[in-house]
Amino acid sequence: MCTVCGCGGATLEGQARGQAQDHGQDAPHHHHHHGHKHGHDHDHTHDHVHDHGHAHGHHHHGDDGDLHYGAGAAGVSVPGMSQARLIEIETDILSKNDAFADGNRRVLRALGAFAVNLVSSPGSGKTTLLCRTIEKLGARPLAVIEGDQQTSNDADRIRATGAPAIQVNTGKGCHLDAHMVGHAMDHLALPRGAMLFIENVGNLVCPAGFDLGEDAKVAILSVTEGEDKPLKYPDMFTVARLAILNKTDLAPHCDVDLDLYEANLRRVNPGIEILRVSARTGEGMKAWIDWLTARLAEKSAGAAA
Amino acid sequence: MHEMSLCEGIRGIVEDQARAHGFAAVRLLRLEIGRFAGVEKPALEFAFEVVMRGSPAEGARLEMIDLPGRALCYDCGVEVEIENRLDPCPRCGGGRLMPVGGDEMRIKDMEVV
Repeated sequence: MCTVCGCGGATLEGQARGQAQDHGQDAPHHHHHHGHKHGHDHDHTHDHVHDHGHAHGHHHHGDDGDLHYGAGAAGVSVPGMSQARLIEIETDILSKNDAFADGNRRVLRALGAFAVNLVSSPGSGKTTLLCRTIEKLGARPLAVIEGDQQTSNDADRIRATGAPAIQVNTGKGCHLDAHMVGHAMDHLALPRGAMLFIENVGNLVCPAGFDLGEDAKVAILSVTEGEDKPLKYPDMFTVARLAILNKTDLAPHCDVDLDLYEANLRRVNPGIEILRVSARTGEGMKAWIDWLTARLAEKSAGAAA
Repeated sequence: MHEMSLCEGIRGIVEDQARAHGFAAVRLLRLEIGRFAGVEKPALEFAFEVVMRGSPAEGARLEMIDLPGRALCYDCGVEVEIENRLDPCPRCGGGRLMPVGGDEMRIKDMEVV
């Protein structure tokens, strides 16, 4: 189980093309989040402290017959004085994920690499868009992390384009977390100045809350999904920097109002950028590629400065 | 959202704190939850009870403190408090509001023994 999300154990599938090792689905170092202490930033050395060996059932360690504080706080040794004390925590619940995300961000910054977290509902056309994008980007260095609950179908599709891809299967998990992405990045050996595409699990809710260390979340919304989706699932579109209105070639067939899509997107996120794209016909692809290359150039300039 | 997940995060923090401060049990745990955090409180309460079993926070009382939703109005340029995510600006009635606060999910403090 994952410490951050509590979801089923994630597995990494496959290996970046061109690397010799073969990490199968059951490689033991790929799914051991639950309850482990990772005392590191991003080096994944996994100095686990398994601390679940005790305290089962009772918090007073009664199993050993030791450590009797009596029946709760009242069992004090100094009459009249409570043992209870208040500890200020002020810690974000997702602070562990955020620490991993910071680690990922540091790695990306050092490489001058630009990472996009692609988020959407299932079936919006993320993988097809990604395949077309990879074709258009030609010889640029890039890599892909594919997140799904099951199967390596998407990573297989990406690898068919010639790009290195690694599949992360989240098991029961509803989103990728920063720790999974850090693992995958280790395996991908990103080149300097690369673009990293992280295709998140298809889900318009949970991935919104999990920072992966990416530079931008890009939300993909296909025209068949309904104009009110941004209003129904505002969180995802609020955290996205760019929305891609995909499958515009289908718009004439399904009575959609593309302007209403855009108005609803801006209602939940007045600052959002929007591109109308059809990965199938190529409409709008140039604007998307230009957006990506401009963002990468900004990032690289920042890394050089 | 994923209340079970959040409780796993809470449990991790509780266990870290138990080691750092050497306490045996948590009696009360107070969370600060923003209005826009997407947290379903009854679901969180349920998940809390389940996930904390076997941890120092087993049986602990959970208290949730609401933090207001805040948004910047792109029409009048003022930061305002709003009840619901899609409410119009209470000052100017504008509909272009960018959330700037209210997505907090924090452990504030714990009463421990």
